[in-house]
Order: sequence, then C-alpha cells, then structure tokens
Amino acid sequence: MDPLIIAGRELRSRLILGSGGFDNHELLAAACREAEAEICTVALRRLPDPTHPRGSIVDVLDEVGVEVLPNTAGCFTARDAVTTAHLAREAFGTDWIKLEVIGDDRTLLPDAVELVAAAEELVDEGFTVLPYTTDDPVLARRLEDVGCAAVMPLGSPIGSGMGMCNPYNLSIIIERARVPVVLDAGVGTASDAALALELGCDAVLCASAISRAHDPVAMARAVRLGIEAGRLARGAGRIPRRRYAEASTSMAGMPALDVPAAAE
Amino acid sequence: MTQGRTSTPDVIVIGGGAIGLTVAWRAAERGLRTILLEHGGVGGGTSHHAAGMLAPVAEAIAGEESLLELGLASASAWPAFAAELGDVGYTACGTLLVARDADEAATLEREIALRRRFGLSVERLRASEARRREPGLAPTLRLALDVADDHAVDPRRLCRALVAAIRGAGGDVREGTAVAGVEVSRDRVTGVRLADGAVLAAGDVVIAAGAWAGELAGVGEPVPLRPVKGQILRLHDPAGPGLLRRVIRMGPAYVVPRGDGRYVIGATSEERGFDRTVTAGAMFELLRDASELVPGVSEWVVDEFTAGLRPGTPDNLPAIGPGSVPGLHWAVGHRRGGILLAPVTAQLVVDGLTGDPPEGVFTPRRFARAAA
Repeated sequence: MDPLIIAGRELRSRLILGSGGFDNHELLAAACREAEAEICTVALRRLPDPTHPRGSIVDVLDEVGVEVLPNTAGCFTARDAVTTAHLAREAFGTDWIKLEVIGDDRTLLPDAVELVAAAEELVDEGFTVLPYTTDDPVLARRLEDVGCAAVMPLGSPIGSGMGMCNPYNLSIIIERARVPVVLDAGVGTASDAALALELGCDAVLCASAISRAHDPVAMARAVRLGIEAGRLARGAGRIPRRRYAEASTSMAGMPALDVPAAAE
Repeated sequence: MTQGRTSTPDVIVIGGGAIGLTVAWRAAERGLRTILLEHGGVGGGTSHHAAGMLAPVAEAIAGEESLLELGLASASAWPAFAAELGDVGYTACGTLLVARDADEAATLEREIALRRRFGLSVERLRASEARRREPGLAPTLRLALDVADDHAVDPRRLCRALVAAIRGAGGDVREGTAVAGVEVSRDRVTGVRLADGAVLAAGDVVIAAGAWAGELAGVGEPVPLRPVKGQILRLHDPAGPGLLRRVIRMGPAYVVPRGDGRYVIGATSEERGFDRTVTAGAMFELLRDASELVPGVSEWVVDEFTAGLRPGTPDNLPAIGPGSVPGLHWAVGHRRGGILLAPVTAQLVVDGLTGDPPEGVFTPRRFARAAA
C-alpha cells in the first residue's frame, strides 16, 4: 500500500490501534503484531502515573515496537484536554496528541465548541493535533482551519460497532479536506474498515472492534486486511451501481453452441 | 523433602491472603512443617477488599477456556472446602446477569451464546421472570441470565477461619514479617531472607504475595505481575436482609448480598500501579449503575469505600506450581479470581510440594520461556 502522510510523517500502516478495552497485555501485543500497526493510542488517564508512563501498557507497546499516540479521552472541557495534552507532551516527548473532548458520558459524542477551542490552543502551542470529531463537515472544516493535522470523524458512536451511519456526510468531509481523514469510531468488523477506505478515508482507528472480539488477534488481522482491500478497491475504480443486470460477457458474437450439427 | 522433628520447616509460604493461607493450611494438613509469613496482617491485602464472588460461569471469557475449567473445578470444591472451615459466609445464592436496555441485551445475548457454546448451565430469563425472582430489581429491565451455580463467600471471614485452621493443623502464622527475598544456594532454594536481615531456612518456598511478589529478590525467572486496581464499596441495608438474594451483575459491575443485610458493590478495573486512592468518579459510577439496577440501594448506609490491587499477569492467567529454581513454587496472578481459585490452587501447589508437580498452561515457567 502507498504510505499515509500525516503532518509530513510517513506511515506504512493505515490502521491505528486503540488500546481501550484490552486488559490482557499478551493479547494487546499479539493484536499489535497482527494489525501491523505503527501507532497505538493510549488514554493518558489510564496510565499509572501520567508523568512517568513506564509500567503496564506503555511497556507492552514499546516491546512490540508500536509508538504511543497519547489521547485525552475522559476530558469534558477544553481546559482539561489542554492540561492533559501538556502532561502527554512531557511524558512521551511527543507533540502529537489525539484530541478528544467529550460532550456527555452516555453518547461519548464530541463537544464541538470545546473541541475547536482546545484544538486552536494546542495548535498555537505547536502540537500536532488529531481531533476526534463528529461527522459534521462544517465542524471538520473548522478543525482543519484552526490547523489540525488530520480530522478524525466518527462513523458512529465509540464502541457502538455500527459502522458508518452517515457515509454521505463522511464523503463530503473527505471531498473537502486537505488533511488526512481518519475514521475514528464505530468500526464493528473488517468490512466496516474496508468500506471506510473505499469511501476515501485515509486510515481507520479501531479499538473495541478488536479488543472486544472473541478472538482479538484474528480480528486485528481481519481489520488490517479489510483496510488493504478497501484501499485497493478505492484505487481500482469500482463499477457504477445499476438497477438492471448487465451480462459480463456480451451476447453479441457468441458462438451458437446449441445449433444442431448439420444434417448429414 | 525433609519431614519429621527437625527445626527447619518444610515449607515457607510468603503472603497471608486467601491463596497463601489456603496453601499453608493444606500443606500443614499433609504433615509438612509449614510457616506462613505475612508482611502486614493476614487477610489484610487484596483479600480484605475482595467481594468474594465464586463465579466461573459469569466470568467466562472467550479465549480463556483453561481458566474457566480451573474455575469450575474450584467452584465444585468450594462447598466441601467451606464446610471444613466452618462459617465463612459461604452462600449458595446464585447469580443474575442483567441488561437494562437494547444495547446491553444484545451484549448479554452474546454472553448467553458463548456460555451455551461452552456447555454451561444457564437460564435465559425475560425481564418479568427475573423480577419475580429478584423483586428488588428495577422495572427498567430488558433481559437476564440466571446462573444458578455461581455463589459467594465472605473473604474476611474466610481468612480468619483459615488462620485458625492452619494453627489447628500445626502450622505457624507470623504476621508483621516482611520478606526481602528468597535464599538460593547451589541452584536450590534454601529459605528466605527477612526484611530485618534474618534468614529462615526451609525445604521449599511458596510465593503467594500477589501483586507484591515482584518485589522479592532471588526468585530466578520471576512471574511478571502488575497491580490492577479495583475500587469497591461496602454498605448495609438498615432495613435488614432481603432486598436481594442473588449476586446481581451487569457487565463489570456487581452487587453481592452477604445474606445478613450487608452488601458489596464493585468494582473498577484500573491500571494505576500501586495507587490505592479512592475517587469520587468511581464511587459515583458504581452507585449510579447499582441504583439504576436496584433502586433500593439509595437507602443503604455506606460502611467502607476502599481500593484493592488484583495481581495480574501478562496473559491474565494465574501462575501455579514450581518455578525455575528448584524448591521455589508460585501461587500468584489470580487477578479477579483469587477467592474462587484458592481451593484448587492449594491442591496444585501441595501436589508440587509433595513430588507431583502440575504442568500445563498455568506453569510459572511459561514466562521464562516467553522471555528466552
């Protein structure tokens, strides 16, 4: 596959893993390997001590050579998210932050107002901001305008596994965006990831679909292959949908095999 | 194995939680001269906080069939185990798994299918039937699963009874005795070194120190352990017992009735090192979920809000049996299941001490192989 470029950085993998839902470290490591992921996002709030992130999950990711992308999951205000991003920069020595500002804890939908405010502030401070956003093309545009390095719209709510509920909005986001578009939530299985890439998403972030599958390692592989299939299909040029059949072989010029042999 | 009237004990058990105590009791019963060393008070660590669910069926997870089998074996040993110890608050109460809305019902259906695939005995209940069995449940119920064979015990009473049982069997329990490490001579364990520098000799050493076992020196290839924090509430109903009979579970949250009007509501699962602070958010979420499920919870009196540290291994399975150094045995990494798994763990460890070591998926040596 062709590489994905975010903020000038080349990534071979178009699958970003989420560590949420993994409580089994060996499974997480095995899933990372099978996903061939380069990046795995980790909630700073899940770390024993955000200022010294060694121990538990970060070491597991280090061991399999997967880079940690810190995220601000669990933050409900711009102020919280900015503070958490500062902690992350200090702890991981990275300017990259996956920005999440959640509006309410039942839907876990992004709070648009707080999100833009936090994004603006963090971009000003030199962060590479990857915001988790709704599938609203206007909000995606606003995030791009304040200088986010990518936009990460949801397909459906976090952990819902409902795939892309509004592909029309997503395709508008994709059409207009001049930064990479990463589908950030809602993937339930491999075909959802394939559809996202077919639609034109540049990458997929996937956590629950893998971590909560009965066999997370098999699902990691399936999602990786789904992404590969979707990307190839996107480039291959699909045929248009039509209502009536069209024989794949033209009737014209076919040999008339049912013609009886000439009479003796 | 040296037996008889020498001054050197046959076995030193490090750690006085439910696992260490049970191992020490069974070892002493087998005629091994046994000393148990506990750095604080017995039953004062993770066992002090544990809810005491004996729930292999409710906790069954795809991909962890070996743990399910171990749990089922231990659950079937529990009635006789409890009867031997006397009153440890063992109640054959059964467990209900419940779902409040369509999303939770879909998740529960998946859990039901998994348990049927495992051949486990479970009964799918429509909401009205679940509420007939447990009238304390809220009307806003969607679906339930009755697990008749998942029960509960009071871990604090269990630990007290185990201390008495060890002493009754001739074993020695020493509290306030911190161990610095294991003594090894000529590639064999010879005893332990205490934090105060004293050395205690022993034929075999069993490490049952839970999440703290990683701090012991001299253990060869150690079992990698990390604490998994669980915040947990203890309450009582001023109106007395009767609001709930069964353990009620919803996802990772649960309400355990002790049968006497006391209840336990748990638990979070957090990777925060050895942090044992309790937080407002955790208390809020636990009580919100519990009171949505059982509205009567609001009237209960809060007695304790604490945090325990479950010992977790990288593959979430316990490590039971001989380690990489001869004479060294492990009984660690039981995570959420230490109380349930105590009887079967003690059986396996004592088999190892008496020359019939268990092999298989739970061997502590699997981590040494993984590192090699």
